[in-house]
Amino acid sequence: MERFLRDKKAILVFVLPAALIYLFAVFVPILWSAYYSLFSGLPGINFKFTGLSNYAKMWGDRIFLTAFAMNIEYVGVVVAGQVGLGLVCSLLFMFGIRRYKTTVRTIVFFPVVLPVVAVAQLFTKIFEISPNYGLFNSLLVLLGLKDLVQPWLGQSASAFFVLCSMDIWTAMGFYAIIFYAALMDIPTEIIEAARIDGANGLRLLRHILLPALRPITLTCLVFSFTGTLKVFESALALTRGGPGTATKTLSMYMYDSSFLHSQYGYGSSIAVFILVECIVISGAINGLFGRRKY
Amino acid sequence: MSAKTVGSRLTSMLFKVFVLLFLAVEVYPILWMLLSSVKATREFTVNPSYALPEGLYLKNYVDAWTTGRMGVFFKNSLITTVLSLVLIVLLSTSVSFALVKMRWALRKAALSFFMSGIMVPVTIVLIPLFTMYKALHLLNTYWSLIITYTGFGLALSVYLISSYMRSLPDELIEAAVIDGCTIYSVFWKVVVPLSMNAIVTVIVIQFFFRWNDMIFSMTFISRTAMKTVQTGLLYFADEWGSKNWGAIFAAIAIGVMPTLALYGALNKLVIDGMTAGAVKG
Repeated sequence: MERFLRDKKAILVFVLPAALIYLFAVFVPILWSAYYSLFSGLPGINFKFTGLSNYAKMWGDRIFLTAFAMNIEYVGVVVAGQVGLGLVCSLLFMFGIRRYKTTVRTIVFFPVVLPVVAVAQLFTKIFEISPNYGLFNSLLVLLGLKDLVQPWLGQSASAFFVLCSMDIWTAMGFYAIIFYAALMDIPTEIIEAARIDGANGLRLLRHILLPALRPITLTCLVFSFTGTLKVFESALALTRGGPGTATKTLSMYMYDSSFLHSQYGYGSSIAVFILVECIVISGAINGLFGRRKY
Repeated sequence: MSAKTVGSRLTSMLFKVFVLLFLAVEVYPILWMLLSSVKATREFTVNPSYALPEGLYLKNYVDAWTTGRMGVFFKNSLITTVLSLVLIVLLSTSVSFALVKMRWALRKAALSFFMSGIMVPVTIVLIPLFTMYKALHLLNTYWSLIITYTGFGLALSVYLISSYMRSLPDELIEAAVIDGCTIYSVFWKVVVPLSMNAIVTVIVIQFFFRWNDMIFSMTFISRTAMKTVQTGLLYFADEWGSKNWGAIFAAIAIGVMPTLALYGALNKLVIDGMTAGAVKG
């Protein structure tokens, strides 16, 4: 039996193909990007070793700084929205519904699986103003709020708002379902006992439910932070980063630098910067508020 | 009825109203998109956009499918998605088997090696992969997408399948060995059939991730005839989007149709599979 399970040739057959593809498509490119980030220009043309100067250059680059600031604002709003509304939603389910639990779960999770591009096209049309009003503007007219009709995606502040609400809309259900599952795992005796002791409403929430949800909240925060830090597809498909650079994210700037301006070295250093952000944030959440194994 | 029960009834009603509100916000945009996809062009200018369609104007779908080339994009997406799903399943089940059930020195290290890719932001691999595919003349081919999709599908799939295989009793393998099976037939005839639950979950989840991909497709594919549904949709929106509303809604509907169908059929499995990483994490 031992000999059988230690068969070296069989292990190679099972592991090698996957390891090779994984090395080729994921692992080597990460190291390769880190290496590229130490150069300037385009390989084979004007590629020059410049050490860490790309990383220094970022902090004097106005477009980088604007994108970075926009990214931070976006992350703040969207993480709060996804995780916060997810939590609210799960609590509503817990107290608001007795029957149709499965149906509600199915409906609320649904937007999670939709393609980002399709959702973005849909939101473009919802907030459209010409050639005809989209859903949002025509509902405003219906409600007698004609004065509020405006080109939502054509102005910096409102385009940012539409982008954030779209990404909250898509992912909220994911967090709602995770919180809901965790709430269902809290033993009913504990909740009953607290009720008998007179804890109701907000006090029940504050002293029983939220402490019990703490570990899963950390997990959700890590998911949401790492998901939003690298935002690319939704912003690109919704606004192309516009109007102007109002919704241009760091990932998009990385993409432009690399593939539009042919600055592979600089683009790589921004990509590395985003990866480091993700690692630091997940490390910080786990280190500051508790440990979590993966 | 005492004041207290009236109060709690009101609260419960209020909760129900809010639940309905949440559900409406999640569902209505999708419903609106489907309804709009069967409206004639005239309806968009004459009626407000929340109005119901006057009839079933299916020409939108024909336009999107043929003139808008959604048919071509759909075929490209189907080929790349299905082939990478086959590879992901084959590779991740065999690796998981070796990682969980076989005995070798580096298996702990190998597991963390595969797990390390779970949360990597894809932007970091774009330049190196683009460079490699260019050198290998693989840009604008299915292979550039299939290889990348497979590589990126492995981490989460190995995680899901190996955690599942860990719960299979070792005695089953021992019994099969005593019956004279080789290690390969133990894998094919005993372990794979018993891991079907996890494999189906992986197929479904990875289907969504690969079908919904946009960033790899837009980086490695520039020829219109090779675009996938998502990049095709972007292209379509740029070319037609502002003029032909009916067709763009039909194109969006075509793009989400497989997702809708799969989710409709297997929603419990999808939800459990997608949240597994977070819940068990």
